[in-house]
Amino acid sequence: MSDQSIPPSSSPGTVRTLLRILPFVRPFLGRTIVSFVVYVVLVLVQLAVPVVLQWIVDGPLATGDARQIWPAAGLVLALGVAEGLLIMLRRFLVLTPSTHIEASMRNTLYAKLQDLPVAFHDRWQSGQLLSRAMGDLGTIRRWLAFGVILLVGNVVVIVVGFGILFTWSWQLALVFIVASVPMWVVGFRFEHRYSLVSRRAQDQQGDLATTVEESVHGIRVLKAFGRGKHSLEAFLRQAEELRGTELEKARSIAGLWLWLLLIPDTAFALSLLGGVVLAASGQLTVGGLIAFFAAASVLRWPIESIGWLLSMTFETRTAVERLFEVLDEPNPIRDPEHPVTVAEPRGRLVFEHVHFRYQDSPASVPDLLEDITLEVEPGETMALVGLTGSGKTTLTALTTRLYDVTGGRVLIDGVDVRDLTREELRARIAMAFEEATLFSASVRENVLLGRPELDVDSPEGEAVLAEALDIAQAEFVERLPMGADTTIGEEGLSLSGGQRQRIALARAVAARPSVLVLDDPLSALDVDTEARVEAGLRRVLADTTALVVAHRPSTVMLADRVALLEDGRITDVGRHSELLERNPHYRHVISSLDDDRDTEQAPQEVIA
Amino acid sequence: MSTLEGVEGEDRQDYTREESRAMRQRSLVLLGSLLRPLRGRVIVAMVIVAASTGLQTAGPALIAFGIDAGLPAIVERQDAMPLALVVLLYLTAAIVGAVLMWHYTMLSARISQAFLFDLRGRIYRHAQLLSLEFHESYTSGRIIARQTNDLDSIRELLDSGIQGLIRGVLYMAFIAVALLFLDPLSAVVIACSLPILALLTRWFQVTSQRAFRATRVHSARLIVKFVETMTGIRAVKAFRAERRNEREFGATTEAYRDANAKAIGVFGVFDPSLVVIGNVVVAVVLLVGGLRVAEGSLAVGVLLAALMYTRRFFDPMEEMAQFYNSYQSAAAALEKISGVLDENPTVPDPTRPVDLWRARGALDFDDVRFAYREDLVVLPDFELHIPAGQTVALVGSTGAGKSTLAKLVARFYDPTTGSVRLDGVDLRELHPKDLRRAIVMVTQEAYLFSGSVADNIALGKPGASLDEIQAAARAVGAHEFITALPDGYDTDVNKRGGRVSAGQRQLLSFARAFLADPAVLILDEATASLDIPSERLVQEGLTTLLSDRTAIVIAHRLSTVAIADRVLVMEHGRIVEDGTPEELIGGTGRFAALHKAWKDSLV
Repeated sequence: MSDQSIPPSSSPGTVRTLLRILPFVRPFLGRTIVSFVVYVVLVLVQLAVPVVLQWIVDGPLATGDARQIWPAAGLVLALGVAEGLLIMLRRFLVLTPSTHIEASMRNTLYAKLQDLPVAFHDRWQSGQLLSRAMGDLGTIRRWLAFGVILLVGNVVVIVVGFGILFTWSWQLALVFIVASVPMWVVGFRFEHRYSLVSRRAQDQQGDLATTVEESVHGIRVLKAFGRGKHSLEAFLRQAEELRGTELEKARSIAGLWLWLLLIPDTAFALSLLGGVVLAASGQLTVGGLIAFFAAASVLRWPIESIGWLLSMTFETRTAVERLFEVLDEPNPIRDPEHPVTVAEPRGRLVFEHVHFRYQDSPASVPDLLEDITLEVEPGETMALVGLTGSGKTTLTALTTRLYDVTGGRVLIDGVDVRDLTREELRARIAMAFEEATLFSASVRENVLLGRPELDVDSPEGEAVLAEALDIAQAEFVERLPMGADTTIGEEGLSLSGGQRQRIALARAVAARPSVLVLDDPLSALDVDTEARVEAGLRRVLADTTALVVAHRPSTVMLADRVALLEDGRITDVGRHSELLERNPHYRHVISSLDDDRDTEQAPQEVIA
Repeated sequence: MSTLEGVEGEDRQDYTREESRAMRQRSLVLLGSLLRPLRGRVIVAMVIVAASTGLQTAGPALIAFGIDAGLPAIVERQDAMPLALVVLLYLTAAIVGAVLMWHYTMLSARISQAFLFDLRGRIYRHAQLLSLEFHESYTSGRIIARQTNDLDSIRELLDSGIQGLIRGVLYMAFIAVALLFLDPLSAVVIACSLPILALLTRWFQVTSQRAFRATRVHSARLIVKFVETMTGIRAVKAFRAERRNEREFGATTEAYRDANAKAIGVFGVFDPSLVVIGNVVVAVVLLVGGLRVAEGSLAVGVLLAALMYTRRFFDPMEEMAQFYNSYQSAAAALEKISGVLDENPTVPDPTRPVDLWRARGALDFDDVRFAYREDLVVLPDFELHIPAGQTVALVGSTGAGKSTLAKLVARFYDPTTGSVRLDGVDLRELHPKDLRRAIVMVTQEAYLFSGSVADNIALGKPGASLDEIQAAARAVGAHEFITALPDGYDTDVNKRGGRVSAGQRQLLSFARAFLADPAVLILDEATASLDIPSERLVQEGLTTLLSDRTAIVIAHRLSTVAIADRVLVMEHGRIVEDGTPEELIGGTGRFAALHKAWKDSLV
C-alpha cells in the first residue's frame, strides 16, 4: 500500500497534523495542561538547587560558618524530595489519560473501519490496518504521555534557564546562547529528511504485516505447494528493504545527535574559559561560577533531549497522518438523512434498471451489471443462474448495500434500499455467503447474531436456535464437546467447510428476515446432507422471499422462478422447465450430463 | 506441572516460580543465539561507548580543575596556561566523544536491525514449518501478533534501551572511579545508597514483569479480534454485528489499556523513587563536603565536581530504569516468541532425507491409524494401495475420513501409527522438496495472495514463464476471464477491478496445480464453487492431465466419478466399497444408491 503514502512535503505542517488528535485529547485537556505546568514547576525546582549552591559557596563556605551549611543542605534535600513528588504527580496526571486517549482512538478507528464499505476493505490489506491500530496508536500514546510535554516543557525550561544564567553573568549566558544557535538550524534541517524516511518505514512495516498475515491465512496453499521457502524469500526481501530504511533513519538521527552533543559541550568549554577569566577579573564570584555550571548541567539534559523528542514528534506526525488516512476516508454508503421505514414488510424485492461497476475500475471495462430489472414477489423464491463471473454474487451484495448501485435502484417493499437505515435494511434482508465466515463465539451466539433483540440464553432464543439448526440440518452441533455453547471460529474449534456452511445458513434463517439472500449456500455439502437441507429450506422458503445463487440443478429446484445472468445482464426469467426448453445458454449452464454435444438430448432425458 | 512447553499456557498470568524461570531461561537462550553472530560488532560498540563515556565523565573533573587550579594561576601568577590547557582538553574530549557517539549510533542501528532481521526471518520460517495442527489451534491472529506487535516492542528496546544500559553502567562505573580519586568520602556516601537501590529495583523487576506479561496477552487478543473483524467484514455488515463487535472490542481495548496503565504505573512509582534517592544523596554529599570546605580541608572546585558527579551518577539510573522498562516489555514479547519457536513441528522434516528425483506416483497406506486426539480416531486401521497413474474417486458422507486421508497423502499430518509411502519411500523420510514437487493438493478454499494474477498462478512453479502460466490457465478454462480483467494477467487481485469471484478463484487455484505438474494430484472438493460448464472444462483438462498420473479426487458431486478408474466408498474411516465405477454402479451397494440419488438430482 505504499503507493497510498502522501509525500510529507505536500501535506500540512507538523503542528497542524498533530492538532488533529485534539478531539481525542479534549476530555483530558485539563489534566494535560496541569501536568504540563507541573513539569515546568518541576524543572524550576531543579534549577533552584544551583541558586542554593551559589548562596552556600559565596556565604557560609566563604566565611567558614559551618552552622549555616545544615539548613542549606536541608533546603537542597527538601527541593529534592519535592522533585520526586512532582515527577510522581506528573506521571499520575498524564499516564491514565494517555492510555484512555489511545483506547478511544483505537475504538474510533475500529468503529470507522466497521462502518466503511466493503469496497474500502477490498482495497486495503488488513496488515496495513492492523499496523495502524496497534503500532501507530502506541506511538501517539507515548508521544502524548512523554513526548509533547517534555518537548514543550524542555523548551520552556531552556528559555527560563537561560534567563537565570543571564542574571548571574550576561557574558557567559550570551556565549551559551550563541553557541546553541546552530542546533536549531540542524533541528529544522532534520525535520524534512526524517519525516520522509519515517513515513516510508511505517508503510513498509504495514506491508510486512500484510505479508505476515497472508502467509498465515494462506498457510494451506503454501504447504500444499511447498512454497514456504519461496514466500520466506519474498518476506526476507521486504524485511531487508525495511532494514535499509531503518538504517537511513538511524543515519539521520546520528547526524542530529552529533551536533546535539557537540554544541553544548563547546558552549561549556567556552563558558569555562570566559567564566574563569571573569572570576579572575572579579566580575563574577566563585559561587556564581559554580552555580552557573550547576545550572548549565541541569539544562544539559533538556537540550540534549530535544533531538529524540523531535524525532519522536515527527514519527508521531506520520502516525497521525496514517490514522487519519482511514478516519478521513469518506463513506459513500451512509444512512440517509431522513430515513424511511417499511411500514408493512412483505418482502417484495425489486431491481430497477440496476447498473453497477467498481468505482476504481478503468473506463475501458464495461459495467459489471447492466440494466438489471427483476421483480421478486413476496414469498417467491428466485434462483440466480449464470456462469462464474457473470455477476451473481455482486447482484446479491447490492441488496444489503454491501455495495451501492451505480445506476438504477433496488427496492424493498417499494422503498429504495438507500432510504432505509442500514440497520433496518439488514434486519429485513439476511444473507448466507458461500464462504461461511463464523466468528470466535459459541455456536449459539453465531447463529443468533442477526437477532440482537433476543437474549441468547432465554427460552425464546433457545427455540429460535433449535429451529434454525434443525432447518440447516446442523444436528452435529449436539455432538460438539459443549453442544451449542462450544466456541467455534478463529479462537475455537475448527469445523469442516460443510459444517461451517450449515451454521452460516442457520444464522441467516434465525434472523427471520423478510428476504433471504443465499449465495450458493450448499456448495460444500455432500449429496445426502444437501437433500436434507433442501427439504428443511423448503419449509422456510414457502413464506419467505428468497434470492438464491445456484450452480446446481438441485438448488434450482428450490426456486419458483429462475433468472439467467449472462455477462452482467438478465437474459431470461422463467420457470426452470420453461428455460430448459427455450434457452440453450441455460441448458449449457445448468445441465451437467456429458458433453456440450449432448446438451440437445440431455434435458429430454431427464424430463422424460 | 513444573515447566511449560512451547506456547502452552500462553494466556495465563499466574506462573509458578519454576515456570517463570524456565520461560526466562528459554528467552535468554534465544537472545544468546541471536546475539552470537553479532558479537564482534557488539564488542566494538561497547568499546566505543566506553571511550565516549569516559571522555564525557572527564567533563566535571576538568571544570573542577579549571576553577581550583586555573583561576588561582591567573589571579596569582598571571599564568593563563593551565586554563587554556583545560579548555583545550575539554573541547577535544567533547569533539572526540561526540564523533564516537555518532559512530556508535550508526553501529547500534546496524546491530539492532540485523538482530530484528534475523528474528523476523526465524519466526516466519518457523511458522511455515509448523504443522497445520498447530496453526488450527493457535489461531492466525495470535501468530500475526507474535510477528508484528511483539517484534515492535523488541525493536523499541533495541532502538533506545541498549544504549541507555551500556552507557548507564559504564557511566556509573567511571563516575565511581573518578569520585574515588577526587573525593573518597563522597563515594562512600553514594555506596550507602546502593542497598536501597537494589531493593527498589528488585521490587520493580517482579512487579513490572507480571504487568508486562499481561499486556502481551491482551494485545494479542486485541489483534485476534481486529483481524477477525476485518477479514470477515461482509458477514459483520450483513448481520449488523458492528455494535456488538464494538462492545467486545471495546472491552478488550479496555483490558489492554488497563494492563498498559498498570505496567506504566509501576514505572511511575519506580522512577520518582530513584530521583528522591538520588537527591537525598546529593544533599548528604553537599552537607559532608560543605562542612569540609568550611573547615578548609576540601577545595570548592572539588565539591562542585563531586556534586555534579553525584547528580550524574543517578542520571543513568533513570535511563537504565527506562531501559528496564522496555526490557520487561520486550522480554514478555520474547517469552511468547520463544514459545512459538520452541514448538516442535509435529510434521518434522526428515533428518536424513531420501531423494526421489522422478516420482511415479504409487501410494501405499500400511496399517495406518490416525487420531487427531486420543479419543478421536478417524482412521482406525487403514490399508490402501494405489498403483502409479490411477485416478481414484473418494466417496462417503461428511466425517467419513476422506479429507483426513487426503491430508495424510499431502503430509499435512503424519499417521499416528503405520506409514504412508510414495513409490516405496515413507513420506516422513522423503526430501520435502521432492515431496512437494511430487504431491500437490487443491482444496475448496482457494486463497489468493496479493500480487498479480500471474504471480498467483506462478506459485505452482516459481520462475514459470508467462507462456507456461497462460498454458496452465487455458488448460483449466481460466484464460478467458483473465484476459477480460483490466490488466489481464498483470491485474492485481486486490485492486482496480481485479476482484474475482469464488469460482474464478478456484479456477486460478486449479491453474496453479496444473502448472505445478505433480506426480500425485489431490483434489479435495476443488470444484465445489464452479459452475457446471467450468467444472466440465476443468474435467476435460483433468482427463488429459490425469491420464499419466496418480490422482485422488474427493467430490460430493459424483460427476467427477466419470473420470475415475476406481471408486472407494468410505464409512467411519474404513473402505466399504472398492471397484471400478461401472462395477459399483451396477452393484447394489451404497455407491449404487448414492449414484442413483445424484442422477435424479440432475437436470
